[in-house]
Amino acid sequence: MTQRGPSGLLGAYDSGGFFCEVFGGPQHPATHTTTVRERLDGLSLAELRRRAQAAERELYNLGVTFTVYTSREQIDRILPFDVIPRVLSAAEWDTIERGVIQRVTALNRFIEDVYHEQKILREGIVPADLVLGNANYRPQMRGLKVPFGNYVNICGVDIVRGGDGRFCVLEDNARTPSGVSYVVENRHLTQRAFPDLMRNIGVRSVSNYGQRLIGKLTELASGIGADPCVVLLSPGVYNSAYFEHVFLAREMGVPLVEGRDLIVRDDRVFMKTTRGLQRVNVVYRRIDDDFLDPEAFNPTSMLGVRGLMRAYRLGNVVLANAVGTGISDDKAVYAYVPRIIRYYLDEEAILPNVETHICREAEGLAYTLANLEELVVKPVGESGGYGILIGPHASRKALAEFRHKLRADPGNYISQPVVQLSVCPTVTRSGIEPRHVDLRPFAVTGRSTWVLPGGLTRVALRKGSLIVNSSQGGGSKDTWVLE
Amino acid sequence: MNNLLARHAESIFWLARQVERANSTARILDVNETFSRNARGEHDWESVLRLYGDESNFRATGRKPTADAVLHFYILDDHNPNSVLSNVRMARENARALRPLISTEMWVQLNGFHSRLTRLRRPDLKVENLNRLCSYIKESCQTHSGITAETLYRDESWYFHQLGRAIERADQTTRLVDVKYQVLLPQPSDVGSPIDEAQWNTVLRSAAGFHAFRRVNPQSMSPSKVVEFLVFDRRFPRSVAASVLVANEHLGELRLKYGHTARRAASGLLRKLAASLAEDTATDLIARGLHEGLDEIQAELGGVTDALGREFFLLAETDEGAPSAGERPA
Repeated sequence: MTQRGPSGLLGAYDSGGFFCEVFGGPQHPATHTTTVRERLDGLSLAELRRRAQAAERELYNLGVTFTVYTSREQIDRILPFDVIPRVLSAAEWDTIERGVIQRVTALNRFIEDVYHEQKILREGIVPADLVLGNANYRPQMRGLKVPFGNYVNICGVDIVRGGDGRFCVLEDNARTPSGVSYVVENRHLTQRAFPDLMRNIGVRSVSNYGQRLIGKLTELASGIGADPCVVLLSPGVYNSAYFEHVFLAREMGVPLVEGRDLIVRDDRVFMKTTRGLQRVNVVYRRIDDDFLDPEAFNPTSMLGVRGLMRAYRLGNVVLANAVGTGISDDKAVYAYVPRIIRYYLDEEAILPNVETHICREAEGLAYTLANLEELVVKPVGESGGYGILIGPHASRKALAEFRHKLRADPGNYISQPVVQLSVCPTVTRSGIEPRHVDLRPFAVTGRSTWVLPGGLTRVALRKGSLIVNSSQGGGSKDTWVLE
Repeated sequence: MNNLLARHAESIFWLARQVERANSTARILDVNETFSRNARGEHDWESVLRLYGDESNFRATGRKPTADAVLHFYILDDHNPNSVLSNVRMARENARALRPLISTEMWVQLNGFHSRLTRLRRPDLKVENLNRLCSYIKESCQTHSGITAETLYRDESWYFHQLGRAIERADQTTRLVDVKYQVLLPQPSDVGSPIDEAQWNTVLRSAAGFHAFRRVNPQSMSPSKVVEFLVFDRRFPRSVAASVLVANEHLGELRLKYGHTARRAASGLLRKLAASLAEDTATDLIARGLHEGLDEIQAELGGVTDALGREFFLLAETDEGAPSAGERPA
């Protein structure tokens, strides 16, 4: 028996005053989700749970997992999957897509400038020491040309939506962003588990990501030859994102190699095959700069390839992403991105930043210290949600301790107001409840930029939590972009 | 299309071997369980330990060689690299490294097999449940072979899978024949006795060869006939000779199709082994000493594996030739 209307599955749902991805906000009720809401309403909670469990078991069997290592054993975990999709209208997506393309374009222009003329630094738009003194600045990249001047070939832009329903950018991921495999796997899962929910709704496809990616990577090697050899370089099975590396290699149909499979001879890169050495032209590397080449960077790295940077500098191999892109997604540089966009493109940011206070500046530090209980404070060098202080949720003791840390090393921190992240109806133990979400669209750039429609919606599964990272109790949702 | 990574060639070769080894271990345990019930009340589980040369490894567990202890050692002990669990775990790890090559269905089946084994507890290993458990293990290994046959793209990697399985099977069948001799040889007077026949009967059944053997030899069940069947009969898929022939054929095709004709060592050894198996007979082998003869075959198969490693898996590290030679593969 199915129940409909206010007594249906979503009947008791209350978004708690937050902007809701399915219901909209008080000023902007979402009209594009009517069909989805009606169909969800027709399902019972028990039925939804049954299908959700089956879906999660399938993820485990398929090995769509990340591996956690303890001293005793290895545990395969799935990224928890919530079956209620997050639905974006065509108009919403248009804004995001244009905003992401604009941002990636500006970041690429910025990196090219920094490694060549440094005009933006000389003109004082971005403080030179912030960039040149950054741990991710790579002097080895000075004067090196990369294909089409595009350094960030794969970019993940973390976007959140505030109480007013406006999208803004929380963070850029311009080094080796991960998560795209979940976008595709989540969609395949929804298609299998909820064909009735998707029927006759035009949802833009995400399953051609691999083809698009290999197309763009091949584009980067257009100077090299007709049929370039592209490989995906992974740290190996022990890396927590190994499943994604497998996924991408398979979707592209390219060899998944580790550092030990590659060798540099005469400043050219080869892979070791049963038939001897085979020339490699493009490396989509999922290894950080630091570990890429023990000769050029961290000398103790066992993951990289000795001599890779020499081959790279001579133009004998293309690396994607380019080396040294970490200067553009630094949390301190982030604050300057709207100015970077204005400087290179003479445009206003389509997707604004979250208001950011830079603690290395006296004004920013003073403001942060005075309003600590209202702010989110982030260390600039960390990722994965570690080391973050969320003022309104912190104890008095934690606030006092953080004040010490801030004063001791202000340059290490930025602060932002708490963004009231939008919510999405989510299956919880106590029924359908709102949980906070963000969105990471993926942009792929060769000659030009293409954005995968949708992206990874991460959901903070703990009630009230704003932290969506998988390492901190986050899950994910399928993200629908309507035609 | 890209060449096969040397590392992947090695991984898929061993993946196949590990699954086949788990398969054979289950068969040998199943057989031995029957022996220990029948042999004059003596429960000799040490013969299995001798068979794999595991006496000292087992002693290190500090347990007496009871049925429970030996079964645990060979099925669930993750410190024993020869246990079914260890083999399936390694096979799954290889499969994980090979995921870009193998089919999703191959991965899902191995993943599920491994996960079920990790959920087994001591009561599942009790002698009264053993036959059922061994059947499950055998079926899972055969399912792997079936899914591989139906889904794995037949390029170089498929050849290395087939090679690994055939070489391991040849090796394991020598051990299966040997287990019988380990148990019985001390009492030559028993040869031809009802117990003797019952045990050969069981060996044949464990290799899934009983009925085929009966068709070939409706009149007798002599030890030399059984040895003839399990070691030399080319039509029996689990026999040593048939497995060596399969390995030989696949290596031959692999060398021809993928431009490896210059690599002669492993195929030379395999061809030699195939030829000597074709000339030999069970009677001669038993006369020379069955156990020693089987040991020799095992050593020769080991030599083939070493040669494959040198010629295909470690190739790139030892190949100091000009890169240009491999740059434009045929």
